[in-house]
Amino acid sequence: MNFTRRETLGLGLAAGAAAVFLPYRAFAATSADRIAAFTGGAAIGSAGVTLTAPEIAENGNTVPISVDAPGATEILVLAMGNPSPDVATFKFGPLAGSQVASTRIRLAGTQDVVAIAKMADGSFAQASSTVKVTIGGCGG
Amino acid sequence: MASGVKPRVKVPGSVTPGEVITLKTLISHDMESGQRKDKDGNLIPRSIINRFTCDFEGENVIDVTMEPAISTNPYFEFDAKVPGAGTFTFTWYDDDGDVYTIDKAVKAG
Repeated sequence: MNFTRRETLGLGLAAGAAAVFLPYRAFAATSADRIAAFTGGAAIGSAGVTLTAPEIAENGNTVPISVDAPGATEILVLAMGNPSPDVATFKFGPLAGSQVASTRIRLAGTQDVVAIAKMADGSFAQASSTVKVTIGGCGG
Repeated sequence: MASGVKPRVKVPGSVTPGEVITLKTLISHDMESGQRKDKDGNLIPRSIINRFTCDFEGENVIDVTMEPAISTNPYFEFDAKVPGAGTFTFTWYDDDGDVYTIDKAVKAG
């Protein structure tokens, strides 16, 4: 089996391209898996949950976010572009005054932050917001 | 990291029964994510607070599962419905097994 110079170059390029795209695909798969584990594969609506996040965050180490989902029992927050997409899960007890919570999170870079609320009736709702990050917050 | 951990909470001193109040909590903690490397290139092991709960007289208000993507000195703000006088218990669970607790009493009136 003899390769011409042209064929060899082409193969090398293809292998390089595959290597570049692999890590990104790995992240996408884990966050999709995480959502499926939370919802159990149920359909996700879009109304009923609000995610408040800044449009631009200068420092990815502390990005203030706030979630609000009236009638929710649980809210899952995911950062799709982080090395591990999980951020936090808020479970609201019987004495919760409202289904609102605020915290500060780390973002590795510009990415989508997603909040998925599990409603008391078992349905799910999702909201997402893109945050532009100037300095990433995951070290390394 | 179990040194220098200091939990702080902000709770109103007195409430009208049935009122919804906003609680603010902060705990000083490094929240080492397990992603960073020291200057020799070795990975610094993960050491975070992995769970935070707030209860009022044994009834749950909020229960948060935390991942390394929560910032240093984790801050939470949320609402609670207060049925009357009683005590709020705030609990943080550290990766190293430590548990930090604060009790705050509120008066009715």
